[in-house]
Amino acid sequence: MLTEKEIYDILSEIPDPEIPVITIKDLGILQRVEVSENSCIVFITPTYSGCPAMKMIEDQIKEALAPHQITNISVKLIYSPAWTTDWISTEAKEKLRTYGIAPPQHSSVDKGSILGKPKELKCPQCNSKNTQMISQFGSTACKSLYKCLDCKEPFDYFKCI
Amino acid sequence: MTKQEALFSYCLRLGDNSLILGHRLSEWSSKAPIIEEDLALTNMALDLIGRSVAILKYAAEVEGKGHTEDDLAYRRPERKFYNNLLVEQPNGDFAVTIVRQFFNSTFEYLLYEELMKSKDETLAGIAAKTIKEIKYHLRHATDWMLRLGDGTPESHLRAQKALNDMWMFTDELFEMNEVDEILIKEGITVDLNMLKANWSKKINEVILESTLTVPTSTFMQTGSRQGIHSEYLGYIIAEMQYLQRAYPNAKW
Repeated sequence: MLTEKEIYDILSEIPDPEIPVITIKDLGILQRVEVSENSCIVFITPTYSGCPAMKMIEDQIKEALAPHQITNISVKLIYSPAWTTDWISTEAKEKLRTYGIAPPQHSSVDKGSILGKPKELKCPQCNSKNTQMISQFGSTACKSLYKCLDCKEPFDYFKCI
Repeated sequence: MTKQEALFSYCLRLGDNSLILGHRLSEWSSKAPIIEEDLALTNMALDLIGRSVAILKYAAEVEGKGHTEDDLAYRRPERKFYNNLLVEQPNGDFAVTIVRQFFNSTFEYLLYEELMKSKDETLAGIAAKTIKEIKYHLRHATDWMLRLGDGTPESHLRAQKALNDMWMFTDELFEMNEVDEILIKEGITVDLNMLKANWSKKINEVILESTLTVPTSTFMQTGSRQGIHSEYLGYIIAEMQYLQRAYPNAKW
């Protein structure tokens, strides 16, 4: 049986099903691993309550551990502390930007992120700040839809929560 | 009634409110007035159904009879559902959907803010998660109240009609029974009467800003705390439970 640390490292490599350029660890979904004699519990936090990727992440976790003869795996969802965009690392934010998704701009404790839209959202394509929100709700629960008024490209923005 | 029975029943109420409203909003999928709203309404449906999974899972755990959240959603008869009458009302036109959402999200915002302080750790955790989503829902509904009310004569008329039609389902949101009494004493939930003044103040502000009129009718509907519903819930349940009733334990 592998140690908790080894299992955690294996799982750290799992890409997010929706945004494959970052891992479930980068996103702060993967929390911790507990190993007892012949079973293994993996704790994950959903980004949004209804995130449909959770089932797939659970399957990916089981799949990643299967070659290591770990089969007695249970994946548990934890809601507290609630997931926040603050858990996304700086490197992961940069990866998001390169992928074409504007990363969350504020800290979730910043009132501005709750009450209004970010003042200056940079277009991930051309860096222009001349952008506009099209829809607060985007292609997935965690994103809003924006457009750049300079390069005319629409883009996703990772909402602050 | 024991504390455990009260907690089970309370979780059903919370879970059913999320599940049924989530089902209603999902009915807009592919037929909302504009594509942005198609995304918005179904995104919110997803949040609500996700929340109901978490709460019904906990309800099943509290009940301790080996049921799962799916058993509770797909195998319970209509009379054992405890969602408020408001959330089961049909979508109507877009104004009805928005007014229903506005009344409900304002209520949920106040309720879940209190539940975050619950002595029940699971409920407090789910509340902390869900309050972030409720803020989005409330902002969406409030924006649309302003646009519809202060928009064209037609949208104003429809928004006012929706307010008047949905009004009779608002008192029930604050109705309490033995379940609440027991759980308030335990510090698990909050006295709903204490939320009412704040709810009225918040919705009055938005309705006035929308150039609409706050309904004054005092006739109110009630029944869901006893599992007595409007005719509409049965149709939702029939559609939602059909597969598991026709093919028990079907998986795909």
